[in-house]
Amino acid sequence: MRVYAYLVAVFVLLVGAFGIVRSRNLVHAVVCLSIAQSATYVMLLAIGYQSKATPPVFGSPATKPNTSTVEPLVQAMTLTDIVVSATVTALLLAVAVQVHKRHGTVDPNELAALRG
Amino acid sequence: MTRRARIALFVVAGGCTAALLVLGVLDLPHFGSSFHPYRDASLAAAVAHKTSNVISSVNFDLRALDTLGEETILLASVIGVTVLLRPAEDEHEHQPVGEGRLLDSTRMVGYLFLPITVMIGLLTVAHGAVTPGGGFQGGVVVGTGIHLLYVAGSYRALERARPVGLAELGEAVGAGAFACMGIAGALAASSFLGNVLPLGAFGDLFSSGSVLFLSVAVGVEVASAVVVLLAQFLHQAVEVTGEEKEAA
Amino acid sequence: MSAFIAIALTLVAVGAVAVVMTDDPARQAVTLSVYGLLLAVLFMALTAPDVALSQIGVGTAIVPLMVMLTIRKMRNRS
Repeated sequence: MRVYAYLVAVFVLLVGAFGIVRSRNLVHAVVCLSIAQSATYVMLLAIGYQSKATPPVFGSPATKPNTSTVEPLVQAMTLTDIVVSATVTALLLAVAVQVHKRHGTVDPNELAALRG
Repeated sequence: MTRRARIALFVVAGGCTAALLVLGVLDLPHFGSSFHPYRDASLAAAVAHKTSNVISSVNFDLRALDTLGEETILLASVIGVTVLLRPAEDEHEHQPVGEGRLLDSTRMVGYLFLPITVMIGLLTVAHGAVTPGGGFQGGVVVGTGIHLLYVAGSYRALERARPVGLAELGEAVGAGAFACMGIAGALAASSFLGNVLPLGAFGDLFSSGSVLFLSVAVGVEVASAVVVLLAQFLHQAVEVTGEEKEAA
Repeated sequence: MSAFIAIALTLVAVGAVAVVMTDDPARQAVTLSVYGLLLAVLFMALTAPDVALSQIGVGTAIVPLMVMLTIRKMRNRS
């Protein structure tokens, strides 16, 4: 149980990658990429967790700052990444729409060569 | 490479990667341990800068340079989406037909929760330095809340309520304000993005110097980015059709 | 490690498999939304309220909405 959280993160990453490999639809592949990305959030937060610790926010009016909180650095990294990767997912979906307009299909097996 | 060959190759490669990752993971400090050197350092620095929300302090004060990079990625992605989703040569814009069937309860919930959601989002952005929240979360809530109008009303109502030009301007203003604050920090004989506004008391709304200002700038940018993104997708899905549809 | 965190982690793993195994992208948008909610519950269990706030707004509402609009655009066109 001491490494279960990390193993779950590794599992979700590989499941997402497997989804991209076996995908028959570009939009499905983009969603699987988003799943693989969420595995990194789980890993980061699991590294920063401390049992029986408070969240790193002291509120207003402020409580006295104690020193046993969970790690704030990984939480800061994760929350900016969640928002920014949503916009990158939007960019990938826009590329998928353009591919559909040009070639009429979004099946990666049929999009063999890059035609001009 | 056929699909079967691809999957077989992935099973082999994925197995090796999984083995490597598991070996690496077994060496980490066990889950829930109390060894967090970055936590000790950043907590001390945040309290010294009188910021109650240590995460906002890390995002907008201690590591504000990383946040500048992240919001530049955001800006670039939204520009990319706007360019990619221009209508093609053989596509026409048309007015969306009707409103579709909508339950009265859906409409009521949408209209009721729209002002509440937007207000909560604005409060989250403004209290970014003292309570859980900040520019990113509050911006997302505001941007999504505006689209409750699409859920509850019609596309026409949404178009009137959110001018896309204003949102594009808001995005640029948010990103520019962040960079200008950084330059102001550099000019005030501190470092780029240094905390140069007055710090205030621990736990007050107007404490922690430039964290509040940067949080509002990021909130404006993220909310505008969400509005522009959804506007592009909605425009393409609802208003633009191809030639086949036109001829039918 | 408390039982609640263990259950939340297991649900996230199961949810990830469910999203990947859903082949139709229109259905996948709904599954992705549920997965986003499960992730937010996990983040709250790991005492990360800021991250859960971000995840709820983005993973439950914005990304599934964009996926559905993309699917609709492709169906309109084909």
